[in-house]
Amino acid sequence: MNERVLRIVAPACVLALGVVLWDFIVRINSIPPYILPSPGLVLSTLVADWPILWSSLLATLETTIEGLALAVVGGIGLAMLFNQSRLIEHSLYPYAVILQVTPVVAVAPLLLIYLPQQAAVLACAWIVAFFPVLANTTLGLNSVDHNLADLFRLYGASRRQVLWELKLPAALPQMLAGIRIAGGLSLIGAVVAEIAAGSAGAGSGLAYRIAESGYRLNIPRMFAALLLLSFAGIAIFALLSWLTHFALRRWHESALTRES
Amino acid sequence: MASSGPAPIVSLRGVGKVFGNGLRALDGLDLDVREGEFLSLLGPSGCGKSTALRIIAGLSEPSQGTVTWRDGADARRGIGFVFQEPTLMPWTTVFGNVFLPLKLAGADRAAAAPRIMETLSRVGLTDFAEAYPRELSGGMRMRVSIARALVTAPRILLMDEPFAALDEITRFKLNDDLVSLWRELRMTVVFVTHSGFESVFLSSRIVVMTPRPGRVSNELVIDTPNRDAKFRTSAEYAGYCRVTSEALHAAMGAGAAA
Repeated sequence: MNERVLRIVAPACVLALGVVLWDFIVRINSIPPYILPSPGLVLSTLVADWPILWSSLLATLETTIEGLALAVVGGIGLAMLFNQSRLIEHSLYPYAVILQVTPVVAVAPLLLIYLPQQAAVLACAWIVAFFPVLANTTLGLNSVDHNLADLFRLYGASRRQVLWELKLPAALPQMLAGIRIAGGLSLIGAVVAEIAAGSAGAGSGLAYRIAESGYRLNIPRMFAALLLLSFAGIAIFALLSWLTHFALRRWHESALTRES
Repeated sequence: MASSGPAPIVSLRGVGKVFGNGLRALDGLDLDVREGEFLSLLGPSGCGKSTALRIIAGLSEPSQGTVTWRDGADARRGIGFVFQEPTLMPWTTVFGNVFLPLKLAGADRAAAAPRIMETLSRVGLTDFAEAYPRELSGGMRMRVSIARALVTAPRILLMDEPFAALDEITRFKLNDDLVSLWRELRMTVVFVTHSGFESVFLSSRIVVMTPRPGRVSNELVIDTPNRDAKFRTSAEYAGYCRVTSEALHAAMGAGAAA
């Protein structure tokens, strides 16, 4: 069996085994659905509740994508600014770290007090997502080949040329790695904020549906919503991975398949 | 150092370089680079030959002494530099890499294309314009690096042990090609190497340097009209190599005594 087939078949077998085991345990112990629904019930709930779950999914995805977009713009922009000015870097970097290490769950309720709900949710997604973009882009901008930098100097390149022609292309692999991490984190930020907002009685995202279903003991719907969230996370990761591969496929080691 | 012929393109007088960690790389270096010559700086590693090259290029400032350009400070604009590694931008093609110096000077891609293709044909890479650096062998990457240095038609080409990492066959081939490029383009080359054999084959003049601190210990003129594959196995070549090797040993002895 070749590598490609194995990479699909092996995890699929694990999934099938897990689902069968899950179903078996539920049946054999006759566990009621309000404690643990069977996989079949989760799927039929997913289909039956599709209209409500779909609109919730769209709401969460919108927040996630907006948060990610702002994180990319903010992270790369800030990294470029840091790279141009030591003073700005030293002044602001510690606060970027503080923003990153403070658990967003703890910050979300505060943000919900001071900001309109949608803005607060977006802010949470942004806070958790921008740091990997900033940190990775900074690393990339600072790890330019010294000889290439000398070459640019020799040919009298301007600061703008050094940034656009040398530093940004050189930093692209790290930048994309940061964005790929940020994609997953943005979803987490959005979910955390929705849960915090949901307990305040408003919201329509998937995380809110999960919280709401929990209060109503609608466990099958909780599972269905959770399943959708997982798929959304996988889709975001796959899309960003593909984007990374597409951008680097011609030149970067990470995108090459080697024959041995 | 008797000055014969035209005024040197660039003169170093009493040049010293002390690095931040206290290492004295160069001390009292006097060096003239004359128009049209192929000058090799030969010495063991740590003799400051690369530092001297970087000072000529303006990539490093001397701690003492002066660097004087015959045609004024603007002459630095006419420098081509080849590093020890090919130092190519992996994210762009061979064409894009060779275009870089012209692009930085504000040239238009389409307008520069004929010149780039001509330079690529000089180094034998016409068919590889659209290839990415990773797709090339070490020798070919070095050719791209040389093409990039040549594309601006530099007055003086500075090369810092460019072939040190290549295998012998590739190195010989590139040495042959470099000699013919030097002849065709009538440019001035300053070539840093630690190989006496390589310097004899390539140079019209060899400056042997002593290590720690680096300064000139000896100077040899290689005056031969025939630099080709036969030259490499001739008695003449062997004779020059012996003299060079003795000079190199003397320089290392002087360095150790100092």
